[in-house]
Amino acid sequence: MLMLEEHPYPEDRTDPFALDVLAEPYEFHACLRELGTVVHLTRHDVLAVARHDDVQAALGDPETFCSSAGVGLADFRREEPWRPPSLLLEADPPAHTKARHVITQVLSLAVVRGLRETFAAQAEGLVEALVERQEFDGVRDLAAAFPLKVFPDAVGLPEQGRENLLPYGSMAFNGFGPRNVLFERAMAGGEPVKEWIARHCEREALKDDGLGARIHEVAAAEGYEAAEASLLVRSFLSAGVDTTVHALGNALYCLASYPDQWEILRGDPDRARHAFEETVRFESPVQTFFRTTTRSTELDGVEVPGGVKVLLFLASANRDPRRWTDADRFDICREARGHVGFGSGIHACVGQMMARLEGEVVLQALARQVERIELAGEPVRQLNNTLRGFESLPVAVVGS
Amino acid sequence: MPRVSFIDADGSETTATAASGQSLMEAAIANGIDGIVAECGGNMMCATCHVYVDEPWADRLPPRSPVEDEMLGETVCPRRAGSRLSCQIRVDEDLDGLVVELPEAQV
Ligand code: HEM
Ligand code: FES
Repeated sequence: MLMLEEHPYPEDRTDPFALDVLAEPYEFHACLRELGTVVHLTRHDVLAVARHDDVQAALGDPETFCSSAGVGLADFRREEPWRPPSLLLEADPPAHTKARHVITQVLSLAVVRGLRETFAAQAEGLVEALVERQEFDGVRDLAAAFPLKVFPDAVGLPEQGRENLLPYGSMAFNGFGPRNVLFERAMAGGEPVKEWIARHCEREALKDDGLGARIHEVAAAEGYEAAEASLLVRSFLSAGVDTTVHALGNALYCLASYPDQWEILRGDPDRARHAFEETVRFESPVQTFFRTTTRSTELDGVEVPGGVKVLLFLASANRDPRRWTDADRFDICREARGHVGFGSGIHACVGQMMARLEGEVVLQALARQVERIELAGEPVRQLNNTLRGFESLPVAVVGS
Repeated sequence: MPRVSFIDADGSETTATAASGQSLMEAAIANGIDGIVAECGGNMMCATCHVYVDEPWADRLPPRSPVEDEMLGETVCPRRAGSRLSCQIRVDEDLDGLVVELPEAQV
């Protein structure tokens, strides 16, 4: 790390990964935005960027703000990563470009459109059963149950062992933070989880007609070896479950907490996709990602040195009043387009169209079948070094 | 500020002004052009910002990147020789007077 104390950045001593900050991050984000374009976070000796246009600019310049040194706090040039780096997320062009081309072929718009009917039927069925029960845990019974069914089905994983997916996601996303209690807790006893995941990224473990097998097929055609293709499948399994679980949980929480917004959605179920988009802006499931500078540069006229870790606050960008009117208001009628909740630029979420489909069909099923939805108990947050979401969310519904 | 025109599938034309550095997609959104959806906000993931750019303008645009080219194979309305993703076109003074056609549908 360059000696950041030589640079005249405003300082903040807050640990962004402290439990109380993760539980209530938005005031801290507002402070960062007010302090300046670039803020020195002394606790971890990294730089922070928290305003919308600056976060977007950094994401849009991957030659300067690179990913191959890791998108977490660990600097891969100095530290051994806890797992072999991702060929996508933790890679730079030209290697990244090639790997991404494999995934965009597998997860084309045509393929996502082809999943709609199955996903919608699953969502309608799941919600129907929950309306009957009237009270349920919005996370376990809906926000987690839905992706844990449709996603591994689409990938072609066997039924058995799917309980490894969430713990693995927790490891991956906590792993982007410092070695704090969340990191240690997620990694503790994680060997069998890692092993299960590694085994199920291999071609033999994947059904012939699923997306996982397709990744192997396309990767082989593009000249990748089987072990590399398995790593590409691993990207799917790490990035595709916990993110959507939290997005759906956050959407449920918002809709149960803002009855006026629920009424709007109920009156117009076709707004479901918008409501999901606004959730990703307002309660961004992925809160932060790091980049590492390859050379010195400028952001909004402020010099940024080369060779430093920069923490990009996606969730803060999504609530920056410089960019959004009434940024702290959940408003399913607003124009949420342009948020960076799915990232931006060459690493922008490659699963975003599938995530939108999942969000749309679940919220639409709710809007069609439920008249009233409210919290039936105290929600419990699940703290994670990168993700924002709930452990449990007691809700009560009345069918329509 | 450069002016750009959108001709929708019914043939009616709307002219919009673009702020410097804006993409054609952003200019369309800022000016309330309905025929552009642009769900992904310019990340080349949705192909719902599809436009047709005909001569003489087509040749004045920078070439398509491989990703844009790939995404243009996924638009809802058929790809034509002049197909572009409007989120990938930066509007500057050179493009003042640009005219593009909108497809019948984006989703
Ligand atoms: C609401 C749900 C989701 C959210 C909020 C989300 C968020 C993100 C974000 C912010 C990034 C950018 C990472 C960076 O810039 O370093 C990303 C990348 C990625 N996402 Fe998602 N994601 C979601 C769902 C999914 C799904 C369903 C999949 C798989 C089908 C997926 C697969 C990926 C992959 C593979 C990458 C790496 C892309 C690259 O580096 O080129 N995500 N996601
Ligand atoms: S806005 Fe999504 S591809 Fe252009």
